Amino acid sequence: MSSRLLPSRGVLCALPIALLTVVPLLVVLSSLLDPQAEVWSHLLDYVLPGVLWNTLLLVVGVGAGVLLLGVPLAWLTAVCTFPGRRFFGWALMLPLAMPAYVLAFVQVGLLDFTGPVQTLLRSAFGTSAWFPQIRSTGGVILVLSMAFYPYVYLLARNAFLTQGRRAIEAAQTLGMSRRRAFFVVAVPMARPWLIGGVTLALMETLADFGTVSIFNFDTFTTAIYKAWFALFNLPAASQLASLLVMFVLMLVALEQWGRGARSYQVRSAHAERIALHGRLRWLATLWCGTVLLLAFVVPMMQLLVWVKGVWADDFDARYPAFIGRSLLLAVMAALLVTLLALVLAYARRRYRDAGTHWLVRLATLGYAVPGTVLAVGVFIPVAWLDNVLLAALRPFGLEALAIFKGTLAVMLLALAARFLAVGFQPVDTAMQRITRSQEEAARSLGLNGRQVAARLYLPLLRGGLLSAALLVFVDVLKEMPITLMTRAFGWDTLAVRVFEMTSEGMWDRAALPSLFIVLAGLVPVVLLIRKTES
Amino acid sequence: MTPMLEVNAVSVRYPDRAVIESLSFSLASGQIGCLLGHSGCGKTTMLRAIAGFETPAAGEIRIDGEVVASASTMLPPEARRIGMVFQDYALFPHLNVTDNIGFGLRALSAAERTARIGEMLALVGLEDECRRFPHELSGGQQQRVALARALATRPRLMLLDEPFSNLDAELRERLGLEVRDILKAAGTTAILVTHDQHEAFAVADVVGVMVDGQIRQWASPYSLYHQPVDRHVANFIGEGVLLPGVVNASAQIEFELGRFDGPTPAHCGVDGCRVDVLVRPDDVQHDDASPVRATVLARAFRGAEFLYTLALPSGQKVLSLVPSHHNHAVGEEIGIRLELEHAVAYVRE
Repeated sequence: MSSRLLPSRGVLCALPIALLTVVPLLVVLSSLLDPQAEVWSHLLDYVLPGVLWNTLLLVVGVGAGVLLLGVPLAWLTAVCTFPGRRFFGWALMLPLAMPAYVLAFVQVGLLDFTGPVQTLLRSAFGTSAWFPQIRSTGGVILVLSMAFYPYVYLLARNAFLTQGRRAIEAAQTLGMSRRRAFFVVAVPMARPWLIGGVTLALMETLADFGTVSIFNFDTFTTAIYKAWFALFNLPAASQLASLLVMFVLMLVALEQWGRGARSYQVRSAHAERIALHGRLRWLATLWCGTVLLLAFVVPMMQLLVWVKGVWADDFDARYPAFIGRSLLLAVMAALLVTLLALVLAYARRRYRDAGTHWLVRLATLGYAVPGTVLAVGVFIPVAWLDNVLLAALRPFGLEALAIFKGTLAVMLLALAARFLAVGFQPVDTAMQRITRSQEEAARSLGLNGRQVAARLYLPLLRGGLLSAALLVFVDVLKEMPITLMTRAFGWDTLAVRVFEMTSEGMWDRAALPSLFIVLAGLVPVVLLIRKTES
Repeated sequence: MTPMLEVNAVSVRYPDRAVIESLSFSLASGQIGCLLGHSGCGKTTMLRAIAGFETPAAGEIRIDGEVVASASTMLPPEARRIGMVFQDYALFPHLNVTDNIGFGLRALSAAERTARIGEMLALVGLEDECRRFPHELSGGQQQRVALARALATRPRLMLLDEPFSNLDAELRERLGLEVRDILKAAGTTAILVTHDQHEAFAVADVVGVMVDGQIRQWASPYSLYHQPVDRHVANFIGEGVLLPGVVNASAQIEFELGRFDGPTPAHCGVDGCRVDVLVRPDDVQHDDASPVRATVLARAFRGAEFLYTLALPSGQKVLSLVPSHHNHAVGEEIGIRLELEHAVAYVRE
């Protein structure tokens, strides 16, 4: 009976890993329990009204924007035929390679008053005063929608491919027109997928730091950053982070619901595509082409143009250091996360108790938690630990300002919490594919536990482990707020360099580090494309 | 001679219930046994306990005289020298046919291993497919790879867990006979678990009908069909009906279709004991000359014969298997005659 009270071995494996996410979250949330009057009155008077309103605008605007972009594109490429359908089917995923902050400064650089577009307009018409201001709420929403629509596109396309055409055919046999069937059958059926895509896009929106900084558009993430680094008010940063976490947890609940409601069906091979005719055909091509141009091709070309301009002057001795630090951080985080993901996935497979199950879910919650929140949540306990240790060690003659603060280890902890889910998914999928009977077959053929691991698990998990490491590697390379907020002073990476150049409005010089990041980001997107299109 | 497999009073319990209660049986070397029962009767659990994937709560399992599981011993699966064929075959997807079959042979030298794999490929007739990967094989071929992989290590005992359930009906019957030939050719003792009695009868020498974690009857397929020990086994195996009857003063059984000498059930010596008599469809023969008449209620065409559901004058239903040139419509009255070598009867409950 006493064994019931002891935690299972699965819990013992998963608990330390879950703490990576749970501790920062609890640290941040606990600041809600300890409201400090003067911090709050400052926040209420100067910060919160603007931040809350802006956040609301972003959530509503980007939510609508990604749906309006993603759903029609998914429907067209999944169900219809038009010139270029096959090409757009995969090409429309390419914007995933470009971090939102890169798209943001490129668009601002292109469309601002001094940018090439307005300059051209002025030389043609004498004035460009009528041109909409890009540095506006509408501009942020547009850029974020273009950056995050692929989440909706991917999931909606999956839904339409697996059940769309057959459902439309069924509705047509019941006397419904195709247009009506799209709204009455196809979209409602795809609702759980759409909710999944939108919630992922909104999580990214709430987590976004780079884009809103470029637009000087105050949201929770920028407010947290300013409270900490401009006002040196860590309690205020922590209070703001706790509010942001509440929003995020609501999204997590919505996302989990959407995930549960998705039931997969076998892809029907023989359903006819809907052939578009006449003008409609070309309108479809034009629409897909426009989105692809604005969200990927034009920004890519602008990046190249800028890089060409600054390459000779700017690519100097500092760059090997930026690249070296970025690679070091990304490689170490990739290895750490892959290892932790392997332990978690194995614990989930081996120990099926409720405790292990919930700890694994908690451990992989970090994908929803903005980097700024994790940075605050990791920094506070580390700073506390430093103070305790320094006080304890002072009698022994240790004179230092910090022990763990600003070390690579702390950055890695925060990054691991943020990207554990990214690495866990491919490893877990590979792990689930190894059946219990395959393991038993190996045992019955005379292999002991270690031999089973070496001859069955390792070869079968290799693919999953590699893609976990690759995905985390690229995500860490792109990552901005955690790196920015937890690094040691002067320890600049490519992403930090982008931040510094864009905060001074030097788009052309920001283009150089961005190009490296985008090129690295293309690798997993190409792999994703190969997987979904095969 | 010691039996190859001995199961003595084995119980397996899950936290919430007992799956197997004090089960015993044994298999002689070279014999093929079968555990037959509905899903949930504990047959797969018993097989997994023999393999070493379940730990018995009580009892003892011996393979070739060696205790592999008892109160004091629990040999891990890899040390039991058994072979197992899984319901889903559990082939290793990253290895081709040759490497799958050679997976358990790493103790052999390269030359021995190649030779053994070659023997196995020939035994199951997959020489031409030896470079293919599992996903490139048909269901039947995958099944044979699984069998070859398990046989390659020369196991003392082969365990087959519903090995044919993923195959279509036609293939199932053919492969059943094929597997029996392969096992017999290799001289391997084997135990098969299935819910399909045709499969059990086609493959096994001896069959145990399992109900609720117990074996009700452990016998050859022939005696299971013709002398089921109780009503449950009678209902489970084959088709048939139980007709009410009475034992008369001269220890004969009288019922609607006649009077029969025959062993009366135990505890039923007395005059007037009420019994149920098992009547199989092949016991009821079509005979136009017979005075016993019955009305056709339904018929199922099976190619070579019809299975008629007939109503006796009392309203009691019986089944009759009749060669298919005797084509009678529903509602027609036909003559029938009972051909019983010996009646099987159970005390009425």
